[in-house]
Amino acid sequence: MSTRLAKGGRLIDRAAPQDFTFNGKRLRGFKGDTLAAALLANDQMLVGRSFKYHRPRGIVASGAEEPNALVNMGEGGRFEPNQRTTTTELFDGLTCTSQNHFPSLEFDIGVLNNYAARFLPAGFYYKTFIHPRAAWKHVFEPIIRQSAGLGKVPKDRDADRYEQAYAFCDLLITGGGIAGLQAALTAGKAGKRVWLMEQTAHWGGRAPVDGVEIDGTPAEAWVKNAVQALEAMENVTMRLRCMAAGSYDHGYVLADEKVADHTPGDGRPRHRLWRIRAGQIIAATGAIERPLSFAGNDIPGVMLAAAMRDYLVNWAVAPGDRTVVVTNNDDAYRTAIALKEAGLEVPVILDARATVTGDLPAKARALGIRVEAGKAIAKVKGGKRVTSVAICAQAGQGAVLEEIACDAVAMSGGWSPVVHLWSHCGGKLNWDAAQAHFAPDPARPPLNHDGSALVVTAGAASGVLLAGDVLANATAAAGGDVAPVASGPVEAAMEPVWVMPQGATIDLRMKMWLDYQNDVKVSDVQLAAREGYSSVEHTKRYTTLGMATDQGKLSNINGLAVLADSLSSPIPQVGTTTFRPPYTPVTFGALAGEARGDIFQPLRQTPIHAWHEAHNAYFEPVGLWRRPYCYPRPGETHEQAVHREVVNTRTNVGLLDASTLGKIIVKGPDAGKFLDMLYTNVMSNLGIGKCRYGLMCSEQGFLSDDGVVARIDEDTWLCHTTSGGADRIHAWMEDWLQCEWWDWQVYTANVTEQFAQIAVVGPNARKVLEKLGGMDVSKEALPFMQWADGEMGGFRVRAYRISFSGELSYEIAVPASEGRAFWDALVTAGAEFGMMPYGTEGLHVLRAEKGFIMIGDETDGTVIPQDLNLGWAISKKKADYLGKRGQERPFLASPDRWKLVGLETLDGSVIPDGSIAPAPGTNANGQRNTQGRVTSTYYSPTLKRGIAMGLVKGGLSRVGETIEMTRLDGSTLQVKIVDPVFYDKEGEKQNV
Amino acid sequence: MLILECPYCGVKAEETELAPGGEAHLKRFGPGSPDEDFEAYMFARKNPKGVHFERWRHAYGCGKWFLAARCTATLEVFGTYPAQTTEPPADIVAKIMAKRPDWKGYK
Amino acid sequence: MSKVASALGGARYDGFAHVREIGPLGMISLRAKPDVTGLAEAVTAVTGCPLPAQRRVELAGGNVAGWMSPDEYLLIVPYDGVKAALATLAEKLAGQHHLAVDVSDARAVFRIEGDKAAEVLMKLAPVDHATLEPGELRRSRAAQVAAAFWQQDGGYTLVCFRSVAGYVMGLLRHSAQSGAELF
Ligand SMILES: [Zn+2]
Repeated sequence: MSTRLAKGGRLIDRAAPQDFTFNGKRLRGFKGDTLAAALLANDQMLVGRSFKYHRPRGIVASGAEEPNALVNMGEGGRFEPNQRTTTTELFDGLTCTSQNHFPSLEFDIGVLNNYAARFLPAGFYYKTFIHPRAAWKHVFEPIIRQSAGLGKVPKDRDADRYEQAYAFCDLLITGGGIAGLQAALTAGKAGKRVWLMEQTAHWGGRAPVDGVEIDGTPAEAWVKNAVQALEAMENVTMRLRCMAAGSYDHGYVLADEKVADHTPGDGRPRHRLWRIRAGQIIAATGAIERPLSFAGNDIPGVMLAAAMRDYLVNWAVAPGDRTVVVTNNDDAYRTAIALKEAGLEVPVILDARATVTGDLPAKARALGIRVEAGKAIAKVKGGKRVTSVAICAQAGQGAVLEEIACDAVAMSGGWSPVVHLWSHCGGKLNWDAAQAHFAPDPARPPLNHDGSALVVTAGAASGVLLAGDVLANATAAAGGDVAPVASGPVEAAMEPVWVMPQGATIDLRMKMWLDYQNDVKVSDVQLAAREGYSSVEHTKRYTTLGMATDQGKLSNINGLAVLADSLSSPIPQVGTTTFRPPYTPVTFGALAGEARGDIFQPLRQTPIHAWHEAHNAYFEPVGLWRRPYCYPRPGETHEQAVHREVVNTRTNVGLLDASTLGKIIVKGPDAGKFLDMLYTNVMSNLGIGKCRYGLMCSEQGFLSDDGVVARIDEDTWLCHTTSGGADRIHAWMEDWLQCEWWDWQVYTANVTEQFAQIAVVGPNARKVLEKLGGMDVSKEALPFMQWADGEMGGFRVRAYRISFSGELSYEIAVPASEGRAFWDALVTAGAEFGMMPYGTEGLHVLRAEKGFIMIGDETDGTVIPQDLNLGWAISKKKADYLGKRGQERPFLASPDRWKLVGLETLDGSVIPDGSIAPAPGTNANGQRNTQGRVTSTYYSPTLKRGIAMGLVKGGLSRVGETIEMTRLDGSTLQVKIVDPVFYDKEGEKQNV
Repeated sequence: MLILECPYCGVKAEETELAPGGEAHLKRFGPGSPDEDFEAYMFARKNPKGVHFERWRHAYGCGKWFLAARCTATLEVFGTYPAQTTEPPADIVAKIMAKRPDWKGYK
Repeated sequence: MSKVASALGGARYDGFAHVREIGPLGMISLRAKPDVTGLAEAVTAVTGCPLPAQRRVELAGGNVAGWMSPDEYLLIVPYDGVKAALATLAEKLAGQHHLAVDVSDARAVFRIEGDKAAEVLMKLAPVDHATLEPGELRRSRAAQVAAAFWQQDGGYTLVCFRSVAGYVMGLLRHSAQSGAELF
């Protein structure tokens, strides 16, 4: 059984017990425990089930590489699945449950998949998809849905908050082991601005566990001194619990700081995502121990040798009473020695190497531990817990020589450098045959903006594994030359072992797990190779090797070695899969940061927004603006509200918040010339005090924006744009002024938000303004398409006589700070004239009744003004304007183009949105031909019938024709082509 | 994520502060120009693996357009310069030639 | 003046830093090239500040003159003083190509104060504060919107567009919460 020892544990505080629950069971650990350590201390070796076969799974590792021990953490708003127990700090009150089982962890029905394993081979999903669809839908999918999945999806809103922050440094060092600390000391002393981060809650990494001595003192003391020295340096910033998730172009690094995972609800942000810009990155990310592939290597109780040592030394936890050690290198002997010295049984060390020399084996032998050279595990026996191992010769096929009772197995297959940050941005790797791992090639680093090396590795991440080499390498990485000296035993060379025993039979290979979480075995990779998968990337996807939440930290190298062997190719030729961020999963909350709830996105509000809210406005998005769509009264539907607002505007007077309309000042000696290039018609000859409607096109000639231009003075114009178009058109103007006509003397200023602009629309509009008083708004003083400055009701206003409704209409601009007060004044003054506010939908109906086009409805980026019968707004005299050359293209002059018409049903009903007009025959792709479509369609409360505009082949030449249209549901209706101006064709109402 | 120094305000702006504007040094062809010239101006964009000249606007900054020379493969930046020029400045061309001897020139 | 309302009516928030919306302030966007004759004199006449050099902001009492781009300056004067200031600029720059326009109502202005005020901005703008000199005006973004800020009176003044004042106040409030100090 696994248990807590009476003594030791360098990271735990026995005076601070912490109570927690696992599957409802009340358990106790100590402050400083990881959840995994606390579970093991309570003999909870079985912690989950695998993804496919639902095999029992125990804790394998002690850090970020753990594939098995994932749990559902917390409750309610703090529930989160897939939390790695090996990296979760224990806190008092923690609750967690195991995952991937039904109905219970101990008895799981999905384990039946285990017995059906030969029916769920590699490529199961691919093969299933190829089979008849019915088999997937009715047989496989229901089974998989019932049993699959990692954890549960949270149901409640996240109770925590998250934030992001920007940081800048000369040098970012990731990893707080002795390599990272030494690199930071070196760079810090050199005066560089250094950030040092460590993903766990402790500095020092493995060295203190391994009993390394540095400069004659134990690593523990050296680490403590180093941390103190670094904390005293003002130019060094240090962060624990901070995981560098990915490195990106030009030194950009994302790092996830787990601020309050271990203190939930203390008021701090749970995570903080650091967005760091580093001049250079030192990856001191260490190395990860590899499992060995022997039959039964997934049975709970089988653990990485170094992890077992971590539990013993850091947390005083013994995962087993009798531990068999199996290895291909000297490092695992440290575990055997540590176990023995803690008073635990190590019945045998199985070393796959034929000859075993070196200091550590000698020490093990001296302690009386039996060491068997050239031996291997034929099979681990046990169900939910290891009970024994069968021993065989590594050289053979697995004939059992002896069976040894034990309750734990410590395995070591060698070490692989953690090269993720090196590889994310394109750093290349070399295969190191002596240590059987991929290590960074310093000659081919990822590059920075100036062509220099963006990432340098330090310590074990470089592929050097002995403490002395680690410190020398780290010192050099940071530009130093004097490294501390570390002493330790001489280690003999490791020998690669990819399958144990090397000639294992198929029944053994079917029980050798490569990927514990996704249930990928040696036999699966070999099958993929036989089926023709020679690329490692394809094999990964076919077998799902390395595709689980641990991203193959333990499995990838073993898997590709098996693949290379099956293909009889050298390992470097097979290559690795691509390393992609994040290094370990980052919660969505951290990625979203502050962008949540009210500040998910910037919602733009006019100065009158609060009034709209107070008057029950139903809002619609227009770009990032929120505009009132209509103002429903009690008992009214939105449709009824729109109809009331339209009728009232036509008969009395309506009030519209038009503040969102774009307003751009264009000024300078060349402003007229510039606007003549920008608009399709002439603006330079517009009289001062006058307004003119204008169109803007892209260089291809397609209509991009429209609006009314007012001439303010001799060299100043004010251009109105659409509500969504202000920023885009301002940028468009600046683009041409800066990049094409930079010698023209023109300045622009986007003054959209300087003004609240309010439209007073309808037959009583003038009466309302006269009631406010102060300004002559008569037809004579302020005729249609003119503007005037003045004072109205005590406000500084600019009044424009322009109309987007066909009614008598004034658009009045006041400084935004006075917008709300002016609106209130209008509401008061308008009461006796039947004034009501109207929203954007009413605006649309009013303009559609008049046949006015709307950018984005009648245009879609492929429509030229001529298509919309707006040829009158295109100057024939001008030699050039933006879009003129584009419009000269022959296909845009074709009589076959779809042009604007009005559309009416024969029965007065409303044509549904999205209706199209089919035409006889099919096109080259066999699709039905079309001859037109609806662009705007509404019920007109003024005319009491449906009205629509659309683009139809032949356009107005077909007025009077009846054509068939098809609704989105495929049904048809008869539609008559009519003039698009439905109301007040002569335009008498607006010009009074 | 790129960093480019705005030549107008000297800020080393990150990509989120910038707006991209496509290929630099295009020559505009207006009314009456031959179809081939207009087509090239409108549609024929270079897509090199290597040295490239681009338009960027310091959108969340001074608002000015500038031009950048960079390698699309390694993201090495050779320099940025004001947009009011019809061809890359000599010092940037010299820098590129030194670092990419087999570069064929910007045209 | 009672009908004049700033975007948020002087909203405040106290966390580890203190945030408040101020204003309305008089603001003029002045576009002119620095070599325009009389430009420096005009800016000084209006604000009492010298013409700011690249990326600099000059302060004089409550008045501000900031460099926004090679041909754009931000002038801050009392709200009621804009009309007179525009008249002065028009007079001093008569005949010279320039554009001076009132943008007082197009903006919202915030003050962020306290020892750790900079940390609030470090969460919102991709700006290296170690390289930000006193007297420097930085245009950047605050999360998803454009913003400009500079050090003033021991804290920071931040300017953004009026329509997103509520959003920016939300950002500042989120970032200034007690317990969320960065260092
Ligand atoms: Zn700039």
